[in-house]
This record gives sequence, C-alpha cells and structure tokens, in this order.
Amino acid sequence: MSDSSSERRPENQAVEPQPRGARVKGNKPVDQAEAAERFLAAPLHQKQHDERLWTLRSRRDGEMQAMPEWEEMRALAAAIKEHTLTHLDKYLEMFEANAKANGIQVHWAKDGDEHNHIVQEILERHSAKTLIKSKSMLTEECRFREHMAKVGIEVIETDLGERIQQLDDEDPSHVVVPAVHKLRTDVAKVFAEKLGTDPNDSNIYHLAEAQRQATRPLILNAAAGMTGANFVVAETGTFVVCTNEGNADLSANVPNLHIASIGIEKLIPRLEDLPVFVRMLSRSALGSPITQYTSHFRGPRAGGEMHVVLVDNGRSERLGMEKFWTSLKCIRCGACMNTCPVYRRSGGLSYGATYSGPIGLIIDPTFNARKYSNLPYASTMNGSCSNVCPVKINIHEQIYAWRQEMVREHETPFVKRAAMKAAGAVLSRPAVYRAAVEAGNAAIASLPRFVLYNGLNAWGKHREVPHAPAETFHQWYKKNRGDDK
Amino acid sequence: MKVGLFIPCFIDAYFPEVGIATLELLERFGVEVVYPPDQTCCGQPMANSGFEKDAAATEALFVRNFSGFDYIVGPSGSCVHHVREHFTAIEQTSDIADIRARTYEIVEFLHDILKVDAFPWARFPHKVGLHNSCGTLRGLHHARPSELHEPFFSKPEALLSKVEGLELVTPSRPDECCGFGGTFSVFNEAVSAKMGYDKVKDHAAAGAEYIVSADSSCLMHQRGCAERIDVPLKFIHIVQILNGAAA
Repeated sequence: MSDSSSERRPENQAVEPQPRGARVKGNKPVDQAEAAERFLAAPLHQKQHDERLWTLRSRRDGEMQAMPEWEEMRALAAAIKEHTLTHLDKYLEMFEANAKANGIQVHWAKDGDEHNHIVQEILERHSAKTLIKSKSMLTEECRFREHMAKVGIEVIETDLGERIQQLDDEDPSHVVVPAVHKLRTDVAKVFAEKLGTDPNDSNIYHLAEAQRQATRPLILNAAAGMTGANFVVAETGTFVVCTNEGNADLSANVPNLHIASIGIEKLIPRLEDLPVFVRMLSRSALGSPITQYTSHFRGPRAGGEMHVVLVDNGRSERLGMEKFWTSLKCIRCGACMNTCPVYRRSGGLSYGATYSGPIGLIIDPTFNARKYSNLPYASTMNGSCSNVCPVKINIHEQIYAWRQEMVREHETPFVKRAAMKAAGAVLSRPAVYRAAVEAGNAAIASLPRFVLYNGLNAWGKHREVPHAPAETFHQWYKKNRGDDK
Repeated sequence: MKVGLFIPCFIDAYFPEVGIATLELLERFGVEVVYPPDQTCCGQPMANSGFEKDAAATEALFVRNFSGFDYIVGPSGSCVHHVREHFTAIEQTSDIADIRARTYEIVEFLHDILKVDAFPWARFPHKVGLHNSCGTLRGLHHARPSELHEPFFSKPEALLSKVEGLELVTPSRPDECCGFGGTFSVFNEAVSAKMGYDKVKDHAAAGAEYIVSADSSCLMHQRGCAERIDVPLKFIHIVQILNGAAA
C-alpha cells in the first residue's frame, strides 16, 4: 500500500480501478503475460508498484554495502541450508524430540489437506470457532482459509497487508508485502465495503486505525492463534517468527492455544546458525537491519497448549529433484521479487499462483507443472534474482532448466513448438539460412523467425522493427574480403 | 594468433557494421581473423525457449565451423554466454568443451586476452550511457553487478575510458534489464516493451546521447522502443566506438 501523504478524494474524482490478477481456469496453463498486460494498462498502479519495490531493492543494496561480510554470510547461509536439507530426516526428528520435551505437541502433515484437517481437529477439540493468525505462505499453499470457512471456523488475518487481501478476497501478491500491488484508493474501497469506512478517505492513518478498531476486538476474543515460522531450530526444539507489526505475538500470545504451521524446509540445525539468517532476512526483504519483532517460541505457557504442524506438501518430492531441490533453501524474503524487472511491471497476482516472481517460477511448477507451465517464461533470465538471494539459490539457472523440463515433459503451445522446430531447421542449414537472408527476407531467416513467428507482429505492437541494412555482413565480407573480391 | 570470427545471425542480417568493426579492430591488433562462411547461429533462440533438442543441429554446425582456432570471438554477449554456459544440446566431448572455453565476447577478448591499453584511433566526444547487458554483466562477468558486495570493476568501462572525449553518464538503475530477453520480447511483449521504455527514458534522463552496449540484441530492442515513444537517443555497439567510429 502506498505510504505517501494523506489525502481525501473529492467525491467526483475518478480513481484508477485496481487491475485484477491472472484469470485462473482450473488446471489450464495460467497466462501470466495476459494478466501482466492488464496490470501495465493501469499506469498509476504499475508505477507505484515498480517504484515501491525498487525502493526496497535500493535499501537492500545500502544495507548490503554496510556489511563487509555480506557475501561470506550468503555463502554461509547457503551452506547451512544445504547441509540441513541433505540431512533433513535427522534434523526433523531431532526437532520433534526436543520440541516434545519442551511440551510442544508435534504433528506431521503430508499435504495441505492433511494440515487443514489436523488444525481443524485441534480447534474442534477446544471448541474454538475463531482463529487469529499471522501471515504464512504455507497456509496459502494449503488453501487453509477456504477450508476453515467450509467448516465454520472464522479465520482473521492480523498482518495488515494480509488482512486487506483477506477482506478483498484476493491472494497475497508478494511474500512479504502482500498488498503492495494496491493503491491507498483500492484499500479505501475495500474498507468502505467491508468495514464501513468513508470510500473517499484514503488517508493511510485513518485506514490503519479503522482496521485496528475493527480487528482488535476479534483478536482479544479469539479462541486460538496461529503463526507460521521463519526458522525452526532442531537442537533446541524451538521456532522463530519474524514480523514488523507484532501481530504474530498477538496471535500467539493472546489466546491460550497456539498452533504453528511450518514447512519442513524451515529447519536449521543450531541456535548459533540463526543469526546468519536473522541478519540477512530483513536486509534482503525490506532493506532494514532487522524485523521489529524476532520472537522465539519455546513451549506452551502454563495452562496453554502449543502445537506445531510440520507440513511436507510436495517438499520431499522437490528435495528429490536434481536440478530444483535447492529452491528449498528459500527463506521467503522476497528480494528476488523486489529486484525482478518483470515482477515489478507485472504485479504478483499476474502469476496466478501462491508464489510469484522469480522464486514462484521455480517453485510453482513443482505443485502443478501443467498449470504453471508458462511461468518459467515470465523472465528475461537476467540473473539479478540469483544475485540478491541471501541463500544463493541459482534462480535464473533453474528457470532455464524448467524451460527445458516443460518442453521435454509437458505441454508447450503448438505455435511455439512449430516455430522453434522451424528455426532449428533453418539455422542448422547454412544454404537454407543464407538463401533466406539474402533473398532480402532477413525477417524470415534470422531473428524474426522467432520474433514474427505467428504473423501477429508481437515485436511491432509496442516497438519499431529493426532497420534492414543494404547488405548483410556475409555479403560485405564476400565483396570486400572474399577470394573473388 | 588465429581467431575465428563469430558473427551471430541477427548481426549478419541487421548489424553488418558491428561485424565489420569487430573484424577491423581485431586486425588492427595484428590478429589473424578468419570468417567461416557457413556459420549461422549458436542455438540460443531455441535453447533459451526450452527447445534444447531443436538447438542440437545448430550447435553441431557451430562446432564444425569453429574447430581449429586459437580463439573464437564474437560481438554478442548473449550468444557467447550461450556457447560458454548452455551449449549442451550436443554430446560434451573434450573437443566441444575446448571450443566452448575458447569462445570469447569481444570486450573480454580485448580486455583479458589482448590486454589492449590504447585505442589511438578512437575519439567519441559524446555523453554515453553504458548498457551492461545481462548476458555480459551477470553471465560473462564483464563487470561487478550492483547486487553483489564485491570490489568495483568493469571491463567495458575500462576500455571506454581509453576513448578520447567519451563521457560516461549513469542512469538511476544502471543494471536493470532492458527487457529484450530473446523470445521473451515476443511472448511477453507488453512487459518487454515497458521495460525497454523505462530503460531508454532512464538513460535519456541521465543525459546520454548514445547508449552503448556489447549486445546488439538489447540495442535493437531499445532502439525500437525509443523510436516508438520518441526518445531521442542513438545506439551504437561498443566495438564500433573502439574501432574509431565517428558519431
């Protein structure tokens, strides 16, 4: 949400409607490019989105420059994560044993459904009808709120951005700043509809206060609280939640019942490994040295209960993917999204998936390769994502590998397949290539074979076509340097 | 020293002057340059789109054309990056590994191999914005990318600093991708073009008269974008400046 100065809009002044995300149709491949084009057609949204995220990237650079050991830290963080992932069975069992000794009840869920049912059972056992929770990408993966709505349990998001998204019935568009694609005016509209505020008042303090007034009683009366976890320490059986709003602490500490939903890749071996990540998480995410709150959860309070649900949901399978397993190192900082020039111009909802931006391109297909078969193409493979990644995931190389995977194992559009086959045929036959180029039809022979592949002139829609020279290099060479000159 | 001159397909078809400048510049430094006439492409368009299999025959052709040279040098960062990093559609024999390792982009060849210390013929009295293409910057490590905490270095800047009169200006987002991205430019044309618009506007705002790059593909895209939205910039390949091109 834009945090610029307060403003009350005159009644008759039009606002730019919020562009919505990808049109998801069941299992059909999501058309990210189409949704991105609609996002670009909303210039105020696009500009604010790009500039806001670029600011985060710039602040991140500043923090990085202030830390001489930055690259060493990245290498260390990557090594700790790789070590943990390659000994994950051991560390998970170590965590389970130590957590139980701390009085935490540990559950295992193989997928989202199982996770949702485990949480439902815990809540039903406590006759809990309301649950306050902090932001968790894992629960988005599990479609947790949808499930709870079906069984009549009210879930209240306590992260401001996530609450906005919940009220607007939209997924988060970013892993750290879930409503970053919205303008203040969009939020004013949502709050007017859902909280009864003045639709013309987009003053951010008024909006935040209205949300606080509406949500605080729900927090105080909630029967149960849920958090995720940023890091889980095997040797201590404890977990750590990092937030800026303190909402995870409210969610965890106000009710007597605390449930933490945790992906199995969140493990780190030792408490002394933690600072490596804590020092880099917020610097990478927001360009701030540390999150406002770094809360360690060590066990239930007297008279209370603490549950941890360890969720697999495709992670074990991903761990077995030779080219893609290191994506499990991800600590969900969102730095790759902030730096991604495509993401900044597309909006996170254009990806039509739980994870957007570069990390989404390589994680989403592990959930559903067909549905997300277009996502690895939503990239110029410029490599900035890999460079900002605090755990050194080779994101752009995995994007390249996913493209090969999609063509080999899954569906690709016929037109693309045919164009590439034709390009390969021409470019591997010098005589055919030469004849095409020098028939004055360079557009067919070389680059525009894939540029103008379908006759729609996708190149020329927003750009001028290249100027054709009088002769090719080959012709010049033959004339000026060839044996027959 | 015998160098095979690698002129990628779109430079052959659209930017012959870049190929000519590369040839002439190498010859100025006494290099024996051979242009294998049956060359076409490195296979990147297919492989980058995931169609590695359709790149195999083109990669095999590249190998036939460029065997037996001390070095293979081309004026296109992204194509050289493909040969160096992604040229895996064909069986990786030791000969092929050797050819891949001997393939250089012209800036790094001048900087690292020839270790050129002067371009006495080059004079370019203009304000120039350097576009470090992603293939050269993060692929071939031409320069320190802004994301990394490393000592500053820049091979293209080091070379351009030897050109009389040339003044570099810096855009506000120096490393931001211009949006070409190969087939991305057509499959995601709206975002691609928007990135291009933002790029050329950023360079223009910094006061650039020219955008210079080691990648003609980025320049082609940026020129198309600048012409569409009337940003009065000119575009030139770095090798043309180093070879003494006048404005």
